[in-house]
Amino acid sequence: MIRAPSPDLLSIAALVPHGSRVLDLGCGTGELLDHLIRERGCSGYGVEINDANVQSCVARGVNVIQLNLDEGLAVFGDASFDVVLQIDTLQHLRNTEVMLRETARVGRIGIVAFPNFGHWPNRLAVLRGRMPVTKILPYQWYDTPNIRVGTLDDFQALADKNNLRIIDQFGLQDGHEVRWWPNARASRAVFKIQRT
Amino acid sequence: MLIAKPQSMHFDAALPLQSGASIRAYDLSFETYGTLNADKSNAVLICHALNASHHVAGVYAGQDKSEGWWHTMIGPGKPVDTNVFFVIGVNNLGSCFGSTGPMQISPDTGKVYGADFPVVTVQDWVNAQALLMDALGIQTLAAVMGGSLGGMQALSWALQYPSRVRHAVVVASAPNLTAENIAFNEVARRAIVTDPDFHGGHYAAHGVLPKRGLRIARMIGHITYLSDDVMNEKFGRRLKPAAEETQFSDRPPLGSRRAAEPKLAPSGSSALHEMKSVGAYKYSTQDVEFQIESYLRYQGDKFSEYFDANTYLLITRALDYFDPASSFGGDLSAALKHVTAKFLLVSFTTDWRFAPARSREMVKALLDNQIDVSYAEIDAPHGHDAFLLDDARYMGVVRSYFQSKVAL
Repeated sequence: MIRAPSPDLLSIAALVPHGSRVLDLGCGTGELLDHLIRERGCSGYGVEINDANVQSCVARGVNVIQLNLDEGLAVFGDASFDVVLQIDTLQHLRNTEVMLRETARVGRIGIVAFPNFGHWPNRLAVLRGRMPVTKILPYQWYDTPNIRVGTLDDFQALADKNNLRIIDQFGLQDGHEVRWWPNARASRAVFKIQRT
Repeated sequence: MLIAKPQSMHFDAALPLQSGASIRAYDLSFETYGTLNADKSNAVLICHALNASHHVAGVYAGQDKSEGWWHTMIGPGKPVDTNVFFVIGVNNLGSCFGSTGPMQISPDTGKVYGADFPVVTVQDWVNAQALLMDALGIQTLAAVMGGSLGGMQALSWALQYPSRVRHAVVVASAPNLTAENIAFNEVARRAIVTDPDFHGGHYAAHGVLPKRGLRIARMIGHITYLSDDVMNEKFGRRLKPAAEETQFSDRPPLGSRRAAEPKLAPSGSSALHEMKSVGAYKYSTQDVEFQIESYLRYQGDKFSEYFDANTYLLITRALDYFDPASSFGGDLSAALKHVTAKFLLVSFTTDWRFAPARSREMVKALLDNQIDVSYAEIDAPHGHDAFLLDDARYMGVVRSYFQSKVAL
């Protein structure tokens, strides 16, 4: 989870146009949304399931709707947001495909970020015969909240399957964009998507 | 210790009611806690539900167990902090706790209103509350807050007086009642109206009270305020011990919807226990056999001692009639178009009388209008009653909201 204003988070925030209406799916304690509101003149709502996180959002004055994303986004209208964020959320969802389509339905653009399992240290760990434990995937295989892992290339295939247009894609490593061979060189994958 | 002092305000001018009728020369009972600041910007109005009152917080001097009905929520250092906010509790018209209601004398006839008390709606209550705010010199409320029917009033404030409400806090409420909900109200009303002592609502003239009807009404209400799980946990199939007198602690009735909490021993409902229980049946159809029966009868008896039957009819009707979307073809989003208040909504997962789905309808309508809203869905086991209980997550969200958003 990148809920502290980490370099990666700031890089993602920079993708959100000033003054956007933003929906942040799986907004955690509301850090990113708070940053977007204060620094980029955005407005909007977070969606979060965890009680303590919901209270943290309310405490920092960020609008938050307590919902289970696995139950869909029925309360949000079509194209009702400029940007829908799914930052480190996808790996916790059962209905990844539904949520991707919902993200594209509700937002004019969607920004999806997740840990890139194709990053070389992960590949190396698996080559050695063990699941990786890294800064971005810090959990033991038997004790992880991530119900799936995927690579940058995997997501590209999934977006194609769901008829989503990829406007931009790159990797993030320590807050820096990685555009050359990101699938191996970046620990986090970032996609900007749109419905076709 | 916060000491509450009931006050009353008299209004001579006729208040036009939604029905076309009007009411004149009426009184509103209210209490205030905390201090109104110099620019009168820290006022929070608390709206009550079916059978509560203006006694929201604090205790009455020298009266044991006289806590206000939302004392867990409101008071010094509480989520709605009376050290910061000037909190007003008001008793609605038609109620039986001080404000003008069916038990009082009509200025037109010189007789007890009884069944002649005009039908009042949520909108009428809000209009009367607004007049009280005028009289107190409060133009804009920092927040209006309520649970259940009280939440409907908070929503209605935001619709009727958009410029006078900065925040609406709507807990365990709904934008209207479902058919099932109206059905429960109707059963309760029929229980009252068919009581031989009801006399068409003019029981006062006959010197009697339709207590049997009120008891049944209360029993039905109580069932719907709890969840199946919590009822099973509290009572299960346990039997009422044979020689036991009433086992429920007494609490002051005024304003408290749940008049008493059962004091029960830990369940210990082993198979052996169940077998013993079976052996202890009285094989009677009319005696109290199960603890749940005893509990409901106790609640019914207590309630019938302090609540007015005509008030019960009036308030359940106000619940039935509330439906702000109805003049917009059922489109709640259209109904909320001119709302400017920011909202906090809270629901409870096991509340089947005012279910989370109903709160989500309001959330959706607010989102459609791009209104600031936060929504917490508290996973509490206590059914509708949860809104009056002290759940840390629930209290925490409300506290955070008042600190971060409502406070100036």
